[in-house]
Amino acid sequence: MSTPAPATTRPLAAGRAVPTDRRRLYGLWIAAAVVLLALPHVIRTPVGVPIMNQMGIAIVFALSYNMLLGQAGMLSFGHAVYFGLGGFIAAHVLNLAGRGSLYVPVPLVPLVGGLGGLLAAAVLGSFSTARAGTVFAMISLGVAELMAASSLIFDRFFGGEEGITTNRAKAPLLFGLSFTKDREVYYLIAFWVLVAAAAMYAFSRTPVGRMANAVRDNPERAEFVGYSQRRVRFVSFCAAGLFAGVGGGLFAINYEILTAENMGLNASGAVLLMTYIGGIGYFVGPIMGAVVFTFLQSMLSDYTGIWLLYLGILFLATVLFVPTGLAGVLMLHAPAWRARRLPRLFGPYLLAAGLALVAAVGIVGLMEMVHFIASADASRGAKRLFWVSVAPRTVTPWLVFAALAAAGGLGLRWAAPRAAAAFVEASRPGPGR
Amino acid sequence: MLQIAFFSVLNGLVYGMLLFMLASGLTLIFGMMGVLNFAHAGFYMLGAYFAFTLGLSIGFWPALVLAPLLVGVAGALVERYGLRRVHRFGHVAELIFTFGVALLIDEAVALVWGRPARGYQIPAVLDVPLFRVFGASFPAYKAFMLLVAVAIFVFIFLILTRTRAGLIIQASLTHPGMVAMLGHNVPRVFMVVFGIGSALAGLAGVIAGPVLGTFPGMAQVLGSIVFVVVVIGGLGSLTGAFVASLLIGIVQTFAVALDVSVGQVLMAVGVPAGASAALHDIWKVTVAQVAPIMPFLLLIIVLMVRPTGLFGTRET
Repeated sequence: MSTPAPATTRPLAAGRAVPTDRRRLYGLWIAAAVVLLALPHVIRTPVGVPIMNQMGIAIVFALSYNMLLGQAGMLSFGHAVYFGLGGFIAAHVLNLAGRGSLYVPVPLVPLVGGLGGLLAAAVLGSFSTARAGTVFAMISLGVAELMAASSLIFDRFFGGEEGITTNRAKAPLLFGLSFTKDREVYYLIAFWVLVAAAAMYAFSRTPVGRMANAVRDNPERAEFVGYSQRRVRFVSFCAAGLFAGVGGGLFAINYEILTAENMGLNASGAVLLMTYIGGIGYFVGPIMGAVVFTFLQSMLSDYTGIWLLYLGILFLATVLFVPTGLAGVLMLHAPAWRARRLPRLFGPYLLAAGLALVAAVGIVGLMEMVHFIASADASRGAKRLFWVSVAPRTVTPWLVFAALAAAGGLGLRWAAPRAAAAFVEASRPGPGR
Repeated sequence: MLQIAFFSVLNGLVYGMLLFMLASGLTLIFGMMGVLNFAHAGFYMLGAYFAFTLGLSIGFWPALVLAPLLVGVAGALVERYGLRRVHRFGHVAELIFTFGVALLIDEAVALVWGRPARGYQIPAVLDVPLFRVFGASFPAYKAFMLLVAVAIFVFIFLILTRTRAGLIIQASLTHPGMVAMLGHNVPRVFMVVFGIGSALAGLAGVIAGPVLGTFPGMAQVLGSIVFVVVVIGGLGSLTGAFVASLLIGIVQTFAVALDVSVGQVLMAVGVPAGASAALHDIWKVTVAQVAPIMPFLLLIIVLMVRPTGLFGTRET
């Protein structure tokens, strides 16, 4: 089976197909807006709105990162620098607005962050986009380390260890809108997520967005056609910095604090993780990645101290087995969907997923027990795992979890080829047997 | 002043040679596969932790041999079952993969050994001052570190230039296709080199663990610096890695030893600095504070001006 070309490289639909395609596209955006409006009314748990706010910020950040990695083929290890600088500038402007020395209402603060990100990207990008590939990745790492080290020196701007705090309630009002509650902030974030996502999508459709794809795939040919690959990379880099800054501005509004950690290497690593897990070949990939990553992060960190390890395993598994990411896996099923043979896949998939779940329970159990023995004090003998009390210092639970892992793993070796065969059969063109 | 200079040079040499043990493996792996291995410092950390755990039961000296071997096997496995798989997706995918491995090693170490630093101690035999000069003593353990590093340098040099295996490795660096035609298993050569490189990093961890501390962040502390060394020396060049290691090692040690601020320096040469409050942050920056920035500034400048590094022959 062959992987389909990423959506971003598909030629523009021509002729008769355009009106329906366009109508479907607008329909999708309107549907997205309706979903964003309705979400806080549907999800009524107290933690729901703060998590959705976090997801919104992550979506903007991940989409901006994919302008580099997915659309322009530039692997950056320092994208959080632009998110952080945009956020710091937004926080300082918000503080100035609070003191009345500047008229900037809260809804416009993300724009300020965006301009800050753009400025930083224009300055730092002027030299770092000179080359592509590994050199670009190394320069981005150097810039990230440089900024991380500088943030400890320039504590007027970065606020040292405590960071910069701000207060969104003190800023002047626009149309009498105040942002004191989480839900009000949610609608502000949702608005900017929609605007930023639409703008980034539109950017990918412009000639310069297309040239970014061309430079990614074949820089030499792009040069022969008459485009400077360096300038194309620079434009992509600035656009990515702009939207990362918008994300930083949203962060400043939502959390009212920025620290040097927000622009550190770990933050840059996190955005790489979520974008890659979501899938870099599709526009929706980073959105899915940001939602899944943030959800897992906030859910898992409540239950386990080693959530980053699980996310790391998820990331490595994605790199090794499904480099197209979540979005890529879903898109692979488009032929089966069109042939109306998707229901046939439920059985084999459900079986494989069940066995994978068994293996996962076994492995998670083993790792959690290792973690328990390594970190908990000796006086505690039991730990709650999967709703049962487990005593990691006895042999039985180790045997049980090892057996689960082995059984699930062996079962998967038997079930996975069957699921794959069912997939190939369902995706086959032509009428079904 | 003489004391500071003397000990800074010595400490710089020790630190530089330690960097070289990491950089040599990294640069060999890069030269061969074109992969910048993000997980390299992770293997260094694994070496320290393995030696710490093994040392508890079998003592320091057997662990000094065993821990790097274990790390080497781990590295070879990562190459065989991970890197070789993603190789077909290109260099960016490989870089992302090694980044993931680095993250996983960090988290796995924190899982197994916990977040706080472990008390990995210098063996009692070496926990004595070697000599006293200018009123300060030089520990025997640092001399031991220097000795191991120099021995490794000589060892690699001899293997690469004087043995048949070294010849095949060198040929695989530049002409992998031709070496394969001659009947050598090039993927296996890659795996072995990756394993040896990881083992060297592990050995560096074993001997650095007691001095620089054994904690889950130790890989991040050194990881980026080793990258800088390899890039400045020229990717794929052992000589370059050697020179750059010593350069960075000595510059870093001297910068830490000098506790003067930019403002003081400017005052000394007659520029009235420190008067304007707006630039207050800049004037009170000390040389010791700038020290962590220096390598990265150098990295960016080298990549901009001379992407082949000091001794490299090709660009990335």
